[in-house]
Amino acid sequence: MRVLPNLRSGGWFEVLLSSRHITFSSLLLAASLPFVPTHLGAQVDGEVVYNQWCAGCHGEDGAGTGPAANTMLPRPRDFTLALYQVRTTATGGLPTDADMLKVINEGMPGTAMPGWEDVLTEGDRLALVDYLKTFSRFFQDDPPTPLDFGRATRETDEAIARGAEVYQTVECWRCHGQQGRGDGESAPTLNDAAGFPIVAADLTENWRFNGGGEVEEIYRVLRTGLDGTPMPTFSDIVDAGVITNEDLWSLAHYVRRLSPEDEPELQEVVVAELLTGVPLPQTVEDAVWQEAERFYIPLAGQIIIKPRWFNPRVDGVWVQAAHDGRELALLVSWGDPSESPDTLWADFGERVLTTMAPGDEGSASGSGAADQLVVQFPQELYEGQERPYFLQGDARRPAYTWTWQSDVTGAFESIARGMGTAARQADAEQHVRATAQHADGQWKVLFVRPLDTGSEEDLAMTVGQAVPMAFQAWDGDNGESGNQGAVSTWYFLFLEQPTPIAVYVQPPVALALTLLFGLLVVRQARLGSGMVRELDASARRKRIARTRQLAGMGVGVIWLGMAFGSYQNSRAGWEAGHADLGFWWAIIGGLLAIAGLGALVGTWIHTRTSK
Amino acid sequence: MIERFGELRNTALLVSMFVIAGCGGGDGGGGGASAGAADAAPAESPVDAATAGNVAGMVTFSGTAPMMAEINMNSEAVCAAKHSTTPTEESFVGGENGGLANVFVYVKQGLESLTFPTPASAVVLNQDGCTYRPHVLGVQVGQDITIRNSDGLLHNINASPTENRPFNVSQPVNMETNRSFSTAEVMVPVRCDVHGWMSSWIGVVDHPYFTVSGPDGSVALDGLPPGDYVIEAWHEQFGTMTSNVTVATGETAEISFEFTEAMAGASVPMGEPIDLLHPDGHRTVDH
Repeated sequence: MRVLPNLRSGGWFEVLLSSRHITFSSLLLAASLPFVPTHLGAQVDGEVVYNQWCAGCHGEDGAGTGPAANTMLPRPRDFTLALYQVRTTATGGLPTDADMLKVINEGMPGTAMPGWEDVLTEGDRLALVDYLKTFSRFFQDDPPTPLDFGRATRETDEAIARGAEVYQTVECWRCHGQQGRGDGESAPTLNDAAGFPIVAADLTENWRFNGGGEVEEIYRVLRTGLDGTPMPTFSDIVDAGVITNEDLWSLAHYVRRLSPEDEPELQEVVVAELLTGVPLPQTVEDAVWQEAERFYIPLAGQIIIKPRWFNPRVDGVWVQAAHDGRELALLVSWGDPSESPDTLWADFGERVLTTMAPGDEGSASGSGAADQLVVQFPQELYEGQERPYFLQGDARRPAYTWTWQSDVTGAFESIARGMGTAARQADAEQHVRATAQHADGQWKVLFVRPLDTGSEEDLAMTVGQAVPMAFQAWDGDNGESGNQGAVSTWYFLFLEQPTPIAVYVQPPVALALTLLFGLLVVRQARLGSGMVRELDASARRKRIARTRQLAGMGVGVIWLGMAFGSYQNSRAGWEAGHADLGFWWAIIGGLLAIAGLGALVGTWIHTRTSK
Repeated sequence: MIERFGELRNTALLVSMFVIAGCGGGDGGGGGASAGAADAAPAESPVDAATAGNVAGMVTFSGTAPMMAEINMNSEAVCAAKHSTTPTEESFVGGENGGLANVFVYVKQGLESLTFPTPASAVVLNQDGCTYRPHVLGVQVGQDITIRNSDGLLHNINASPTENRPFNVSQPVNMETNRSFSTAEVMVPVRCDVHGWMSSWIGVVDHPYFTVSGPDGSVALDGLPPGDYVIEAWHEQFGTMTSNVTVATGETAEISFEFTEAMAGASVPMGEPIDLLHPDGHRTVDH
């Protein structure tokens, strides 16, 4: 992890944005719920807990129409229907207590529902389960019987291959798309049970799956469906012999493989690899991108400046970067089912806008804008690591931006002093080039720009230096435009520099020298212990003393030398904007200096007294 | 790169320190839908055919018939090929002489004291040409509905009742699935999320006196015990109308329902969250 804690100076929004499990929910929660003390008392009353923590979204009557519900899509659950997505029971079945508790504990990733395991006591949460059941008479029926899921099959290459076949057989692609990014042909027409537009899950982001993203959880959803959504059960086709239960497990393994092994961790610094021997990529398909490290940057709805946007389609972008010492290539990829404006999606966007209404003044009145991506930098590196306001700068510290739009070829550079104020630079001052590709529900946009454009209006990039960088993305077919899109907080782009040979040479040399002196001392000690006979005792003592003196002095000098190296590293760290590196190398250097001086002084004192 | 560089240096430092220290030389440092439980206990009351009477009549529509949008099935060649003419939506199907089709007509009140056996035979809801056949059907509580896929491509059958438990089943190939409802409910909407234009309605009642009008608008409920009844007619765009009739032995009581253009306010455009259901689950029209 590259962490630069002391560079963070953002407000609460930025702090929230930078939390590892970035969820839209936490933002909404912070924005919509008043602070209330935790309920105390021996006898937990589910109604009290509910009204305190849940009613803001789900409503006191449980119908899912609390005061904050209008800003949410999907809408909060309507408990009066007893329709629950996450269950271990057959389609249409009621959830078990454990099913309900799981959702309360873990929340619903990708929705506004947060997990409550760390917020409420177990007693409170169990009381909530009981209270939720009072909203529907269906819970007066016999308790539900969980399905028998058996045990997961082994994840073999054969199972994955079979899963890919089953994906075709049962036609998952109709909604989820051939590559699983939620771009299937039926995706634009989907509604939930209440008639609100709903997206087909992007199967490449398993950390956002409702009900969990591990293979057992995927299999469970295949068996039970997600009631209240278009996702049906696949139990019947196993019963009918269309596919086997093992096939269904294989499908679960295949779907699991569509996502990365681990949920992407937040990395604050995007490193642009220094390319030597290969040309800088000029296309999104260049082989360099298959090897280059991918950095995940989470995005959230822009809910600071009105009109706000609570339903961003783009929840994160993958960033890869490379440079050759003269130019920077920045590849940004993100899931977006359509190439906006797409007539097949026009109605979807309109329905999203209707659902999110009544929006703020100035909200988009119609869907069908282009998709858009903005990469932000500060116009220059400001004094004291100060960065512009993360929403396209401010009057004092303008942002320098690259804007790409799906209906325009290339990209253009602008200077912005706040959201919506971006002023395109003169044609003569345009230096950034961009190429874009949309395939299988994913945009890939490649930006290329000289590190130094020679223009004072543009941020100059220097090898070995970190510059602030942020992203904003819009999906036009999701009703997004203007201020209503997805935003990230500031990250850093670091241009890798050639590694000095000393980095590789210094530590082994220091190690070898230290070892050498250590061995000398050991040998001397052994001599001293009488393992080797010395005829002249005083000569022996003298020789021991001399060797020890030599060893002590040598070690002291080596450590002092290493302290000096640390000092240099520290300085380089500070200057490159890596305050943490600077800080820690300063600490290490300080300790080494003390140790080195100690060794020298100690040796001197020791040899003096022994004379 | 910085990170790796730093780690390398740190490791080297630690190793060298341990070497020194070790040598002493230095001083550094479920399925509710499939119930069929309704016919469990109470004794069934057979109807004496000798004393029974009938109800018959017409369901008509007056006014300008709403335009039915054409359905673009280009994306589904298999389905498109099954239609000789361009398929249209079916929320309004009129016939000659003002007849109105797809109206669910049933006895709403008057049979409370009787219970009826659950039919052993299933009713069929067929998916053919990416269209539900029939568009409106009736079924008794607990009676099996055989849902058939005749298209050989993915359909999902998403039933969203409020009085019963829902279900949402996938059928990616030609196959059949049985489901039933445990409680009377008029009507249960059914749709296919894969094909947004596909919709169907199922009326669930706890007796056998129900029918669905054809294009000629004629309806008949035969074999009713003598008595007073409330007959209700339900249409997906125009809501419900009721009629009181008295059935006498061997006679046919006349009923007549005339839906009008003005009643179209009850329509539920697909995809819009409009709640037209009363707490009792019955669709009504407000005028």
